[in-house]
Amino acid sequence: MAKGIMIIVEQRNLQVRKVSLELLSEARKIADQTGESVVAVVLGQGIDELAPTLAASGADKVIVIDDAKLAEYSTGAYTSVLNKIIRKEEPQAVLLGNTAAGKDLAPRLAQRLGIGLASDCTGMEIDSANFLTFKRPIYAGKAFAHLTSNVRPIMATIRPNTFPVTPPDAARQAEVVKEAADIDQADLTAILKEVAIAASKRPELTEANIIVSGGRGMKGPENYSILEDLADVIGAAVGASRAAVDSGWKEHKFQVGQTGKTVAPTLYIACGISGAIQHLAGMGSSKFIVAINKDPEANIFNVADYGIVGDLFEVVPLLTEEFKKLVNE
Amino acid sequence: MNIVVFIKQTFDTEAKIVLDASGKIDANGVNLIINPYDEYAIEEGIRLKEKNGGEVTVVSMGGSRAQEAVRTALAMGADKGVLVSDPGLENTDEFGRAQILAKVVADIPHDVILAGRIAIDDGASQIAVRLAEALSIPSVSSVIKLEVAGTQATATREIDGGTELIEVSFPAVFTAQKGLNDPRYPSVAGIMKAKKKPLKSLTLADLGFSAGDLKMVINQYSLPTPRKAGRKIDGEPAQAASELAKLLREEAKVL
Ligand SMILES: Cc1cc2nc3c(=O)[nH]c(=O)nc-3n(C[C@H](O)[C@H](O)[C@H](O)COP(=O)(O)OP(=O)(O)OC[C@H]3O[C@@H](n4cnc5c(N)ncnc54)[C@H](O)[C@@H]3O)c2cc1C
Ligand SMILES: Cc1cc2nc3c(=O)[nH]c(=O)nc-3n(C[C@H](O)[C@H](O)[C@H](O)COP(=O)(O)OP(=O)(O)OC[C@H]3O[C@@H](n4cnc5c(N)ncnc54)[C@H](O)[C@@H]3O)c2cc1C
Repeated sequence: MAKGIMIIVEQRNLQVRKVSLELLSEARKIADQTGESVVAVVLGQGIDELAPTLAASGADKVIVIDDAKLAEYSTGAYTSVLNKIIRKEEPQAVLLGNTAAGKDLAPRLAQRLGIGLASDCTGMEIDSANFLTFKRPIYAGKAFAHLTSNVRPIMATIRPNTFPVTPPDAARQAEVVKEAADIDQADLTAILKEVAIAASKRPELTEANIIVSGGRGMKGPENYSILEDLADVIGAAVGASRAAVDSGWKEHKFQVGQTGKTVAPTLYIACGISGAIQHLAGMGSSKFIVAINKDPEANIFNVADYGIVGDLFEVVPLLTEEFKKLVNE
Repeated sequence: MNIVVFIKQTFDTEAKIVLDASGKIDANGVNLIINPYDEYAIEEGIRLKEKNGGEVTVVSMGGSRAQEAVRTALAMGADKGVLVSDPGLENTDEFGRAQILAKVVADIPHDVILAGRIAIDDGASQIAVRLAEALSIPSVSSVIKLEVAGTQATATREIDGGTELIEVSFPAVFTAQKGLNDPRYPSVAGIMKAKKKPLKSLTLADLGFSAGDLKMVINQYSLPTPRKAGRKIDGEPAQAASELAKLLREEAKVL
């Protein structure tokens, strides 16, 4: 009998990633309707103390697999362990965040389990038979596929920022189970030599609630400081168009669009970006879009909720001052 | 060194998406290109060959039009092409396609397998990793730098907020991320030569499959409700900025 919705939790330095909390929150809501349980699985080293956080966020059961070999994410070791856990637990569904690790892990795990995978989903519902169905953007958001599976478990990776995080309930209790890390030698063929995390006080682009993005209208790399000033007042991430990336003003990891990052923040502020179809593909599902552009005919105004026609070098610093006033209120 | 590169033919990024009478994505009249990430994979394969010798085989699965994509890769400098085409591929999902492609590779000598990080049409980002699993070999996703020494590679891969350095022995699969290289354009001489390079066509039966395999079910396709142009805020810059901040707080409630 298949049971429960399993969330593969991602943590870094004992911080549960926001997308994992989003999945726990949404799974909790669904489980409350279907009477199923929510199982959180967390892998790493020295991670015992995460169990109460996961319980508070909605888990009924927390499986902790604590091992030095799992300290950093690796495709092989994580697949080895999770394949066995999933076969043992037989969940109805397995959900992961569509993060760098999630994107790498889920397809391998799905292939080993002989199951399907709905990637990068932006919607999850239950149908009349209490089956999970998923909605995923295809053609860079120009269409959606609505899909499900008759094979159990059904597996999906969910795009960050798809679901809200429910405030934790410290009184919630969960059954905590510790499992040994059973890693096959054959899965240890890739050796992780080094992890370099760029120190940044700003949120990760794909997880950010607010993004301030600059395009060719920024005129040069030195001018991004005005966007950074704005971003830091409201805790935003800074992004860029491909024109800015191709000009060498920003690294590719900051590129938003069809051949960059797909983002879905609550607020996207596009500065000096014309709104090419490939850019819109990456940010078109943002909840609110603001455009600042000196060309009143720029396509970005056709999708923006609010627009200011003007010189960004004038408008952005003024906006920073206005945001400061709001934040200090 | 034997290199296999997987390429998918995709819709042009400018393509407008419409649904046909049966509710499926309509490919009629759409301009097709090589999936942009696969261009990095082809380029990397050719560079590895230029440095270490060996052969680059390009493999694509798709309709007969995918021949153009394979020919372009041959014109860039790949040596051989394989095209898997079969009506039975309709209704085959990522699991089934990975099984089929794994079967194709099994018959080609391979040290390095290259693919794109993601296909920009279906965008599953699954095929290459599933393929590696089907072949029981390691894979490194989203590679921005690849250094090869003997039968080993050190790959720099992009992760959220940073990079990882991973060492693997061959055979191994690598998926290409932008930044890996600058793909070349096919030269006129290259295009001429490509016409004479071998391009093998395979059907499912040739590979020992009777039909595709489906683990997933697509219930329907839909189109997004188009966004509407919102409000342009007029006035002097200072006034407009103040008005915008107010709207974001009071109307949108996002600040
Ligand atoms: C295969 C392919 C993939 C692509 N993928 C992506 C992708 O992932 N992401 C992406 O962004 N693009 C992508 N593109 C490129 C895309 O087509 C556009 O070329 C690009 O988005 C343009 O960037 P931009 O808006 O910054 O520049 P432009 O189109 O040049 O626009 C600059 C804008 O700045 C405004 N401006 C100038 N000065 C000022 C000022 N002082 N104040 C206010 N406004 C000002 C101008 O009015 C103009 O609207 C892709 C293209 C292809 C072919
Ligand atoms: C239920 C279901 C039914 C489907 N039915 C159909 C259908 O009828 N017709 C149809 O066309 N698709 C169908 N698909 C989609 C099809 O399964 C995917 O296109 C395919 O699995 C590849 O995934 P992707 O395009 O997202 O590639 P990704 O996994 O994002 O691709 C990553 C990389 O793998 C390589 N790659 C991917 N595809 C190919 C290929 N075809 N040849 C060579 N290399 C490749 C490329 O290097 C690419 O950059 C269906 C999917 C599902 C879930």
